[in-house]
Amino acid sequence: MPTLVSARKKAASGRNGRSGPELIFGDLWPYDPAPETADPKLKPRYELFINGEFVAPKGGKYFDSINPANEQKLAKIALAGAADVDAAYRAARRAYETVWSRMPGRERSKYLFRIARLLQDRAREFAVAETMDGGKPIKESRDFDVPMAAAHFFYHAGWADKLEYVAPGRGVAPLGVVGQVIPWNFPLLMLAWKIAPALAMGNCVVLKPAETTSITALKFAEILQDAELPPGVVNFVTGAGETGAAVMGHPLAAKVAFTGSTEVGKIIMRSLAGTGKKMTMELGGKAANIVFDDAPINQAVEGIVNGIFFNQGHVCCAGSRLLVHEPVAGEILAKLKNRLKVLRVGDPLDKNTDIGAINSREQLAKIHELVDSGVKEGAALFQPPCRLPAKGFYFPPTLFSEVTMSHRIASEEIFGPVLSILTFRTVDEAIEKANNTAYGLSAGVWTDKGSRILKMSTELKAGVVWANTYNKFDPASPFGGYKESGFGREGGRQGLLDYAKLI
Amino acid sequence: MVCDLMKAGQSASLRKLFDEIGPVDCVGIEERVAKYATRSIKKVAKVWGLKTAVSMLDLTTLEGKDTPGKVASLCRKALRPSDDPAVPSVAAVCVYPSMVRHAKKHVAGTSVKVASVATAFPSGQAPLKTRLAEVRAAVADGADEIDMVINRGAFLEGEFGEVQDEISAVVEACGAAALKVILEVSELETYDNIRAASFLAMEVIRAGDFIKTSTGKTSLNATLGNNQVMIEAIRDFYLDTGVAIGMKPAGGIRTAKQSLQFLIAIKETLGDAWLTNKRYRFGASSLLNDLLRQLEKEKTGAYQAPYYFSEATESY
Amino acid sequence: MSRLPITKTPKVYVGGAFIRSESSRVFPLPDARGDFFANIPQCTRKDLRNAVEAAAKAGPGWAKRTAYNRGQILYRLGEMLEARAAEMTAALIRFGAPKARAAREVGLTVDRLIYYAGWADKYEQVLGSVNPVAAPYFNFTVTEPMGVVGVIAPDTLPLLGLVSMVAPAIVSGNTVVALASERHPYPAILLGEMLATSDLPGGVVNLLTGFRKELVPTFATHTHLRAISAAVTASERKTIELGAAESVKRTHFVDAEKTDWFGDRAQSLYEIRDFLELKTTWHPVGA
Repeated sequence: MPTLVSARKKAASGRNGRSGPELIFGDLWPYDPAPETADPKLKPRYELFINGEFVAPKGGKYFDSINPANEQKLAKIALAGAADVDAAYRAARRAYETVWSRMPGRERSKYLFRIARLLQDRAREFAVAETMDGGKPIKESRDFDVPMAAAHFFYHAGWADKLEYVAPGRGVAPLGVVGQVIPWNFPLLMLAWKIAPALAMGNCVVLKPAETTSITALKFAEILQDAELPPGVVNFVTGAGETGAAVMGHPLAAKVAFTGSTEVGKIIMRSLAGTGKKMTMELGGKAANIVFDDAPINQAVEGIVNGIFFNQGHVCCAGSRLLVHEPVAGEILAKLKNRLKVLRVGDPLDKNTDIGAINSREQLAKIHELVDSGVKEGAALFQPPCRLPAKGFYFPPTLFSEVTMSHRIASEEIFGPVLSILTFRTVDEAIEKANNTAYGLSAGVWTDKGSRILKMSTELKAGVVWANTYNKFDPASPFGGYKESGFGREGGRQGLLDYAKLI
Repeated sequence: MVCDLMKAGQSASLRKLFDEIGPVDCVGIEERVAKYATRSIKKVAKVWGLKTAVSMLDLTTLEGKDTPGKVASLCRKALRPSDDPAVPSVAAVCVYPSMVRHAKKHVAGTSVKVASVATAFPSGQAPLKTRLAEVRAAVADGADEIDMVINRGAFLEGEFGEVQDEISAVVEACGAAALKVILEVSELETYDNIRAASFLAMEVIRAGDFIKTSTGKTSLNATLGNNQVMIEAIRDFYLDTGVAIGMKPAGGIRTAKQSLQFLIAIKETLGDAWLTNKRYRFGASSLLNDLLRQLEKEKTGAYQAPYYFSEATESY
Repeated sequence: MSRLPITKTPKVYVGGAFIRSESSRVFPLPDARGDFFANIPQCTRKDLRNAVEAAAKAGPGWAKRTAYNRGQILYRLGEMLEARAAEMTAALIRFGAPKARAAREVGLTVDRLIYYAGWADKYEQVLGSVNPVAAPYFNFTVTEPMGVVGVIAPDTLPLLGLVSMVAPAIVSGNTVVALASERHPYPAILLGEMLATSDLPGGVVNLLTGFRKELVPTFATHTHLRAISAAVTASERKTIELGAAESVKRTHFVDAEKTDWFGDRAQSLYEIRDFLELKTTWHPVGA
């Protein structure tokens, strides 16, 4: 039920709603280009990283990695075949048996600390490489991806010699060699999420980065060499789906960890049925971000923007379904439109860019397809005027209002800068709509009332609930989904247990 | 007695206003403004920003030891901050009421206004009558703008009606002079209070009047955070009523870099219509020389020593 | 002339009621000597569907009960079983359990219920956490039940095995649809009667009897079952995992042959954890 307060508010905005005063977000003070100029130190060609060395793929094949911001080729990347994946697993198994599983936790810990420090040393270089390879704004790779990746190594380093505290009442032991496949939206950070806990627990790793974003993983391999990590403890094999299938299906993999789409997650689960391998699945989402009429509206608007436009919306936990309390729906839509006018879309390397390039041509096509469906199905589209670069893959920040639960844009994961706005009237209706999905990764709730926050947090079927904030991450904070968003957690003591067996 | 009851009723209805304007999440505000600091302003944009900041300055001297001579040199600096004719005059000089007539002599007929802090600045702890008399005297001496302080004691006591009535009385005493209402944010303490006080003031001042963060006489002055809370209040009030109120952060803004961050906040929150000294001011004294230093650096490419600029306090 | 005893018609316990299969199908159950004992309901896919609906209906209320209350109810379950231990022991013996083992199985089943009853208001304190994030946020992780859990009980130790799998699932607020041992279904029928006289709300535990071959594929693919806990063969395991993939269902397998159901390792905090989701909540700290 709307409060009297919001009823008055609604009346007020209705009164002034029609042809009210407008703000001008024009060109009085345009920002000059501010390109980040640090050298990403890219090699023209990247080999596989197996047993501590860069080796050419046995099949001799390479594929191009391009910069989605301008479609220029960045480097050639080795294409790993089944034989290469096998070599990686053998190296990992050897390292596991002879070195890593036998090493005292105290010593393993020091390697992880070293890695964290070396990554911090080269932070700017990695940020630039990440932005060029994946298209995300430099301010995000610089201020979020790279420092957070280092933080994950630092956090897990400290666990390596304290494993007796991971599972009270039971001992833990490593599983062996872990196969990991990660997505293209946070290439280095997902690598850190996967590798740091696996290594802290004493496992060895064969990891496949996403096809479009392999470069920072292979640069990270240089750090592993500098850290003198024993050969074979971490191995990188690059390639597309076929390589991924080989990594997931290898008989030496005691566990597989996958982050990616629910569709591919299911394929992996099917392919591993009956093999006895342990799994962690971090899959898709269609998170509800719920705003009540008593919320701090201006901060909620920021949170909504951060929730869906962070990393071009290429975020599995993106707040892609905005559920707004009807009394404030008009106010929030108006404020969002103004806020979108200020977002800067363009060259990801420009320090002032808020929304960079869409990761690939395929992803851009998918976004276009779903946005077209939204228009066809009758939702109201808003895009601020913005000039997109002629070359490269770009999509403007997009709002859809007048969306209902049966629209495709309300149920399918778009994985782009597109927000679907629905309304609700009561707390129960908000909960029902939020939970009316096969996904359950994350949710947001905005209200000034403490007891309602805790009620919502209890009722929302999601692994992460952001209350009066959105898209926050930390190595100490477990992350992972309910329902078809996957199982297992990454981060914190709880995430560590997914890389262990109880003894 | 009846009067007390009426006042209580007025305060209660204003309390409802606070419900209506909603709460502020302080962590959310801090995160928003942290993003302004990551904006990179270069070349033409930087020069435009620096010059615009100069044009928005309320060049201030508020010391017990102020003399007509000190005010005179301040006025000369205000009118012509630099030998470079491309550098504009500042918006105003800001002085104590006793110095208004001295300042007026130097800037009359120019674009530079005389602003005066009245109402028993900085504490405001004088009888209302005295405060209003001070305002009238300053206006009579030629002040174009009055910077008043709100009654923080009354605000914190919940006597919102009293706070608002006093502002209304000062508006009346101002006559044609523009009014800047100082909230003294450090004493209000929370962002919720700052937002509430902003609305209290905006309801009774006129289009073209300002709300202002602080006196500069307490430990915490203008920050990007409280600036953001206030400009969001101005935006929300404008969108609701169509009345455009100006904003003046004061105290603590000493570097050109800081001032650019405040301007970025304006550009991205209130938009182009507030990027003018008619709607945005900086209350500062040492900021001007840093702006001039940075402008010179942009022109020559060489970093500048402070003592190349007049009125510099750094002599080393 | 001696009195002709009244025989009991075995019915399955679903949604708090005793029912026959919707198909009216039964299969004859002989006792250990090979004599006809009774006709047991041969539950169908539809019975399973109905049981899942009953479990889903009971779920929210059960999960919302206080941990203290759930603990007391599990304890009460133990009381009911203890009170009718002789009847249960006799049933186990009738279907072939040696006397001493039967008594031990019943006694340990009661103990297992008491073990999990005691965990009800404690596991959260061990498995949850407050997390020190590097920003001004209060961040905590709590556990929540998954929802409806499918249990496929072992043939060995048909009572202890079943209860060892059901108890850790329901203690946290999950509800269960369990398929009793195909070979020895009667202890589950009897257990149902005891559940009905405990304070356990109807629908929290639903016990089906019937054939694995018929029901396992439906357990595997029913998307409303959020998790499966199964003591099954390798090929059944594959069937379940294939089905589970379709809705990203959580699976938990028990090797019925290798498990020492009498041992301490058969009961564990981590059996509870396997049917919990972890939820992390963030909130800013500021005035």
